[in-house]
Amino acid sequence: MEFPEDLKFTEEHEWVLVEHGMATVGITDFAQDALGDVVFVELPEVGTVLETGKSFGVVESVKAVSDVYAPVSGEVIEINEELPDTPELVNTSPYEDGWMLKIKLADNAELDDLMDADAYQAFVEEEG
Amino acid sequence: MTTLGTSGLILNEKLMFEHSDPGRKGYSLPALDVPEVAMPAELVRAEVTGFPELSEVDVVRHFTRLSTWNYGVDSGFYPLGSCTMKYNPKINESVARLPGLAGIHPATPEHLSQGALKLMYELQTSLAEISGFPAITLQPAAGAHGELAGMLMVRAWHEAQGNPRSKVLIPDTAHGTNPASATLCGYQVVPVTSDGVLSAQTVAAHMDDEVAALMVTNPNTLGLFESEIRAICDIVHAKGGLVYCDGANLNALMGIARPGDMGIDVMHFNLHKTFATPHGGGGPGSGPVGVTEALVPFLPVPVVTSSASGYRLQYDRPQSIGRMRSFFGNFGVMVRAYAYIRTMGAAGLKHASEMAVLNANYVRAKLEGTFHLPYQNRSLHEVVFSDRDLDGDCHTLDLAKRLIDYGYHPPTIYFPLVVKGAIMIEPTETESQETLDEFCEAMLAIAGEARDNPELLHAAPVRTRIRRLDETAAARKPRLKWEG
Repeated sequence: MEFPEDLKFTEEHEWVLVEHGMATVGITDFAQDALGDVVFVELPEVGTVLETGKSFGVVESVKAVSDVYAPVSGEVIEINEELPDTPELVNTSPYEDGWMLKIKLADNAELDDLMDADAYQAFVEEEG
Repeated sequence: MTTLGTSGLILNEKLMFEHSDPGRKGYSLPALDVPEVAMPAELVRAEVTGFPELSEVDVVRHFTRLSTWNYGVDSGFYPLGSCTMKYNPKINESVARLPGLAGIHPATPEHLSQGALKLMYELQTSLAEISGFPAITLQPAAGAHGELAGMLMVRAWHEAQGNPRSKVLIPDTAHGTNPASATLCGYQVVPVTSDGVLSAQTVAAHMDDEVAALMVTNPNTLGLFESEIRAICDIVHAKGGLVYCDGANLNALMGIARPGDMGIDVMHFNLHKTFATPHGGGGPGSGPVGVTEALVPFLPVPVVTSSASGYRLQYDRPQSIGRMRSFFGNFGVMVRAYAYIRTMGAAGLKHASEMAVLNANYVRAKLEGTFHLPYQNRSLHEVVFSDRDLDGDCHTLDLAKRLIDYGYHPPTIYFPLVVKGAIMIEPTETESQETLDEFCEAMLAIAGEARDNPELLHAAPVRTRIRRLDETAAARKPRLKWEG
């Protein structure tokens, strides 16, 4: 199970990578492992304004359908166009090729509410 | 141990299209004794080709062979949690096939359909007595359709008070269709975390004057009774909200406790589950809804009423949410449910619930030393284990597939979502102790195989005509039509 040091994490198992005021978002290695084979991903349209903690999309696996929640608020400026046709990227490469969307950060202070890799790893071990 | 599952000769069967032979027919007509008239050319569709051409014996064998691949509650134990796959007594089928009931046209005038209307009226009365609600509509075609009807009435009631409100609270142990029904009625769903059983305190923390309703499943999807339901209803009512109960699990309460007495305002029934009519093949179902007096004006039309001059279909109800279904609902399912209620009687229905709870707890007692039981509270009609203690890197899916080799329909798996790797077993009241013992022995044998020979689980099922299917490929790259 991977917990990359440069990412921030939520209790709902999303990860965030912040670069130049932009947040790239996806679901964690733990989340994809718990879901099993992902068969469908639904993402919002570019231009959608997300609110922290609100559902922005859906991930469906052979076991279950789950909402995905916005870890930070802001406008969606790019989505991963590959995912609808190749949802397996969420399983094979959750932190890289399986990224879901890029958000223009509305409030940098929100990042302080997210967990770092160590805290998330501890959270997962307690939950698991 | 002698297991139910065994291997035998299974006949392959092609698609009808692949059997087709040009000119082959399943009928023979008498010689023509009138002049032949050609069809007008404009009525002949040139593009329709490829219909299978088969003899009668081809067709009979086709469907008979397909039927041997089936597994139903008439073949064996079917512990599919949440679905209440109880045995459906054949007398219900005989009654539903009576020509006067099976052949009645839905447009038959009222005065010529008094028997059918009386049956519907008496079914409403029986369901009202069982559930504790003063009024019932029989119209919805299935459980989720009943939810929609119920939540539309909730919305209509709030609108009549001047404000439809915006939110609906749904605990994590409710049925999966509840959020969809609330959303369809224009509400924002607020998920509420429970600790297996929903606490009144948690509900209080979420209640405000924007909450239109709480949707609760009781007993919930963990098979646990919502023991704080009375206090929860009071809290919701105090803030002007209503309480919706998903009645899909009524099989644990029937004849023992009445949701209407617990403070609940609206509840749907699943006649096809609790009241023993065949389901699992995609229906038809029936999802009547019971409501309190306050919601009676909003019931769907028509409402079946009784008066000195006979039974009537009443349409003149200005506050009604309207019609939910063409004609009057799935009448055939109502007939079966009526027959079930009348043949069981009040004492019989209560005994059915008691046996359903006893059977689930019997299975629990036999298996809880081996399988992890995430919630320790007393179970009602179903019990939810997890795959945590399964050895050999075996998971819930492997266990489910291996159970097929032993001759059982697998339990519900990976639901409810609050249990990781959930194995949800609902034996129902119609199973004997011998059947439950054999099933539990199979479960324990499989746990042993997971430890000693996990490959047996990973390869399962091995005794079936088709081995384990690639569910992932089927979902990612579905092939939805036959191409010759």
